[in-house]
Amino acid sequence: MGQTITEKILAAHCGVKSVKAGEFIEPKIDIALGNDVTSPLAIKEFRQVGAKKVFDRSKVVLVMDHFTPNKDIDSAEQVKFVRTFAREQKLVHYYEGGNCGVEHALLPEQGIVVPGDLVIGADSHTCTYGAMGAFSSGAGSTDLCAAMITGKIWLKVPKTIKFVYTGKLNTWVGGKDLILYTIGKIGVDGALYQAMEFTGPVIEKLSMSDRFTMANMAIEAGGKNGIIAPDKQTLAYMKGRGKRAGKIFQSDPDATYADIIEIDCSKIVPQVAVPFLPSNAKTARSLNAIEIDQVVVGSCTNGRIEDLRLAASIIKGKKVHSRVRMLVIPATPQIYSAALKEGLLEIFMKAGAIISAPTCGPCLGGHMGILASGERCVATTNRNFVGRMGHPKSEVYLANPAVATASAITGKIIDPSQLK
Amino acid sequence: MASLTLQGSAHRYGANINTDEIIPARYLNTSDPDELAKHCMEDLDKDFMKKLKPGDFIVAEQNFGCGSSREHAPIAIKKAGVSAIIASTFARIFFRNAINIGLPILECPAAVKNIKSGDVLSIDLTAGTIKNVTRSEVYQAQPFPPFMQDIIKQGGLLNYLKRR
Repeated sequence: MGQTITEKILAAHCGVKSVKAGEFIEPKIDIALGNDVTSPLAIKEFRQVGAKKVFDRSKVVLVMDHFTPNKDIDSAEQVKFVRTFAREQKLVHYYEGGNCGVEHALLPEQGIVVPGDLVIGADSHTCTYGAMGAFSSGAGSTDLCAAMITGKIWLKVPKTIKFVYTGKLNTWVGGKDLILYTIGKIGVDGALYQAMEFTGPVIEKLSMSDRFTMANMAIEAGGKNGIIAPDKQTLAYMKGRGKRAGKIFQSDPDATYADIIEIDCSKIVPQVAVPFLPSNAKTARSLNAIEIDQVVVGSCTNGRIEDLRLAASIIKGKKVHSRVRMLVIPATPQIYSAALKEGLLEIFMKAGAIISAPTCGPCLGGHMGILASGERCVATTNRNFVGRMGHPKSEVYLANPAVATASAITGKIIDPSQLK
Repeated sequence: MASLTLQGSAHRYGANINTDEIIPARYLNTSDPDELAKHCMEDLDKDFMKKLKPGDFIVAEQNFGCGSSREHAPIAIKKAGVSAIIASTFARIFFRNAINIGLPILECPAAVKNIKSGDVLSIDLTAGTIKNVTRSEVYQAQPFPPFMQDIIKQGGLLNYLKRR
């Protein structure tokens, strides 16, 4: 009987030919990831159980991205605690300061994750790497601790839902709109405990950047992982990045799926998920009356160079509305540098936008753009829960970079095609 | 296996209670359980910590704990004094984290349907039975696989791994 790509990767990491959905397994992992919020707890536990060494100093990756540059004394103490551990363990991949970016943009860019990997990260958006044909899934700090010590994790093999994207993409529609539309269709627990496999002619043509955006938000539908089979584009992206070769897996034609959902993309126009769930997808056009106070272009979802190019192409020669603060957050130093060279940062500054250092910052209501009560933000981020970006009475609207930037110009939510 | 019985009152909430509501990111610059517990459920229910008595239960609809991977969420709930969570379903990372830190959780849609805030419950974790003392009803939850029950009994994954 055929297997899905997810089952094949999991089986390979158990050293067996096949695994079945529902089976409990203890696979080996290629990368264990933590950040400045989740790794302090994991390291505390590491010390408590008396562990001495991580299982492999080149496979534990710690990225200090949430509250950095450190927003207060407590955050600085947390990072100091992690830094001490990273030095003591001689970790190859410790990121803080000038080499640091938003983890899920940074790891693929630096070639740390390769196709066919099994990645466990103490961050829910670890599912991002599925875009490269890896199995990657979020876990907690205790899981990270156990993974750092043993190099393994307990998992239940998930069932897979296959999504087939067909039709032609409309103007201003990208990966963000496809995934918001999908979550809107199946709900925030529509893929609970399951793998989301994104396939179809539209996905085959989609850029890696858009693929990362889609896999990134699998967790917002409750998914265990999001995954896209590697193809020519994946290999082209990997060129010159990964030191490890990686392994290409594909689903068998006769693989078993829990469900197959076909989505006709020609029906999808730019989407906005309104408060307070990522599944509240509406068309941007239907929300034209909503006045906004802030726009954020950035995050592990949409902070890549392609996203900044798109935003810059819309705001070039125009101004951010006087009522709005627009924050642009290149997700990594490499993206920042590219945006500088390409003149994008100048376009943003001339328009009156604010450029921030790479950080998760406002996405999780950490720092660098927190909302007051009653304030509304259109963000290219991934969550719009109550209080996500600040005050419990503030609101976050999720959108693609084109919608967010167009809205920054008009001060109201707008579909970019409505811009004059 | 000795059976483990818990008793307390129910605090009832809706669907998709997320980790931002359970413990907002503004408090994540610490991992001190006492500090986290002070702010437990703050953005969902300001009075949660005032109403909660040690041993009480959280009862919620589907997808409890969705969102972030922050283990600070189940830690805050456990340290606040909640002895178990009953939900129709749990989001998967929260599910893992709760098991891993030894916070008992039960999936039981029938219980969630019938339990009201303030109902006194008595739970047998090993059998997965939830007794509603106030309404004289009994609901049966799906018991977890033995290895998960074992992790909870050992007080979490690390104790469990150590013993292995």
